Amino acid sequence: MASVTSNPPVANTLAGPPSARVTLRIEPPRRWFELRLEELWLYRELLYFLVWRDVKIRYKQTAIGISWVIIQPLLTMLVATLFFGRLAKLPSQGLPYSVFCFAAIVPWTYFSTALANVTSVMVDNQRVITKVYFPRLILPVSSALSGLVDFSIAFIVLLIFTFAHGIRPAWTLLLLPLFLLLAVSTVLGIGLWLSALNALYRDVKYLTPFLLQFWMLASPVYYSSSMVPERYRWIYGLNPMTGVIDGFRWGLTGTGHPPSSSMFASLGIVLLSVLGGLWFFNGMEVRIADRV
Amino acid sequence: MTAVAIQADGLSKCYQRGMAQTSGLLRDTIANAFRSPFRLFQRNRKETFWALNGVSLEVREGEVLGLVGRNGSGKTTLLKILSRITRPTEGWAEIHGRVGSLLEVGTGFHPELTGRENAFLSGAILGMTKQEIARKFDEIVAFAELEKFIDTAVKHYSSGMYVRLAFAVAAHLEPEILLVDEVLAVGDIRFQKKCLGKMGDVARSGRTVIFVSHQLNQIRRLCNRAVWIDAGTVSQVGSTPEVVGAYEAAMSSNDRQTEPGRSGAKQTAQFLSWKIVGGEEESDSLHRLDSVGQTTVSFLLQVNSSIQHGQHGIALFDLDRRLMWAYSTDGLSFDPGIHQLAYTFPFLPLCPKSYNWQVSLWDDTGNVDLWEALPEMLVVAPNYQHAKDEWNGVLNLPCTLDIKRKG
Repeated sequence: MASVTSNPPVANTLAGPPSARVTLRIEPPRRWFELRLEELWLYRELLYFLVWRDVKIRYKQTAIGISWVIIQPLLTMLVATLFFGRLAKLPSQGLPYSVFCFAAIVPWTYFSTALANVTSVMVDNQRVITKVYFPRLILPVSSALSGLVDFSIAFIVLLIFTFAHGIRPAWTLLLLPLFLLLAVSTVLGIGLWLSALNALYRDVKYLTPFLLQFWMLASPVYYSSSMVPERYRWIYGLNPMTGVIDGFRWGLTGTGHPPSSSMFASLGIVLLSVLGGLWFFNGMEVRIADRV
Repeated sequence: MTAVAIQADGLSKCYQRGMAQTSGLLRDTIANAFRSPFRLFQRNRKETFWALNGVSLEVREGEVLGLVGRNGSGKTTLLKILSRITRPTEGWAEIHGRVGSLLEVGTGFHPELTGRENAFLSGAILGMTKQEIARKFDEIVAFAELEKFIDTAVKHYSSGMYVRLAFAVAAHLEPEILLVDEVLAVGDIRFQKKCLGKMGDVARSGRTVIFVSHQLNQIRRLCNRAVWIDAGTVSQVGSTPEVVGAYEAAMSSNDRQTEPGRSGAKQTAQFLSWKIVGGEEESDSLHRLDSVGQTTVSFLLQVNSSIQHGQHGIALFDLDRRLMWAYSTDGLSFDPGIHQLAYTFPFLPLCPKSYNWQVSLWDDTGNVDLWEALPEMLVVAPNYQHAKDEWNGVLNLPCTLDIKRKG
């Protein structure tokens, strides 16, 4: 076996030049916040592998494999168009109802599956957590990112679908990544709390489906946010997913609600929840291996 | 004197027993709090448990340190703290160099992925970079002997194939400091030897290694220094033969006392210990047989009151409880005192693996003592058999083949 010094890849990537030995101090957990972002950077390859693993195994042993990514939102859209569009005749901002709801279902599907996955990620990986060290934050982050692969495929279908309806993309399409970023941040902001809590109390697992159901009703997935009375709209706008979904519709079709001032309030909320989530996760991280 | 690689001072770890064992449902925590708001705290205080209590040690660079101790004595907790999986409750440790830990084989393996994919995934989880795994990939596959199956999902692997791949990945981890917990004995006997050989290479490569095992022979073979941990504290530190010998003596006397039906009434007679006579009188080779040649095995028998018409039996089993050989002698009489019973075999053609001696003593009243001799006997003689496993039998016989043309 090669000696350590003749083994630059390890030493270079993870411990600096071989000559400089890293010193690590192990102590009881402290009260204050100890976020080690530079460590997260050192473990970026692991992050990549975990995302890759999630994507690889998600549709293993299914007959139609990755097609589920397309079929799920398409079927949801068809059913919603039938009931909410044709029968209930919900207004759809002058768009065909199918385009109106499909533009919301795609980001919402990402959000809800990613949040559910992030919530269970610490429990799903408990064997690894109790057997080897790596920054635990990698797990929820990888889980939130791996949903983006499914999202991208569904998004391409959405683009084609919109185009087929004769809607030509406007310059606002370029702003979509920002709304996507907001969705990812929301997943992390809420997911960090839920995943750490789920490691301690399995109740969270039962709570999450309800949370997602209520959240969907409080977001303009199947109806237009203009249906919400004006005076409640500022509260409604605090839901970051309102901004994400309205932003998606607007960005994709160039019609509907451009992000309003309440969007900035929800940006603030997301930022706070991410910071709070990091702090909470960090505090729980040191205890999770003992209790998960 | 080389530099210090690991320094630990007063490491302690306290677990709250109740927590891990309750259902983990919020409901229970809340319900308990309502039922008796003050007991919640009392209960926690009562059920704390110190898995590790003030362990201090120093490991120098390039040293291979063995940790021995009973199950639950805190060895794994110590490794978990040093590998940062869990934090100590008290005390501190300083580690100079990059740490890799192997607490189980197959960390991060996913059954749906192929062998190739798992090698990369597990390698990354253990701390290897993608380049590094790619560079060693062929070596890993060759070591695991899985060339044909590397692109098959591991859920279709036999358990032997699975652990071989898992060990191969782990064995190619090359940190400056390696923490290993009881993962060596994997696969069939031939692969176990290969694993041991690999660990020996690691030990000799100048890396710092802390090594936990219940297989004392492995500790003897690999470690220059050993630490005996008992009930969360360091019981003894020193050279391997010294510490392992002391631990072994304590264990076998413990076992003798705690065997069912032995405690209490004083027995007529009792087997005390066994050893292989010959070899060097190092405790190292007392229970290890390194050839198939002439061997003497002796047993110490303590007789408390004299025995007439005694009958004595001996049997040798392999670890699958297959009988290898048995023999018995009757019409024996013993005076009170300690007696040595020595068996000499002109040759003992055993395959390289572990065996158990069983000795018994009977008199007119029935069974006096039946002892499953501890520790087991490890045979490390060369294997004189067929190169393929499926053609390896019970006897390990060296032979010569002479071919002559006759007409």
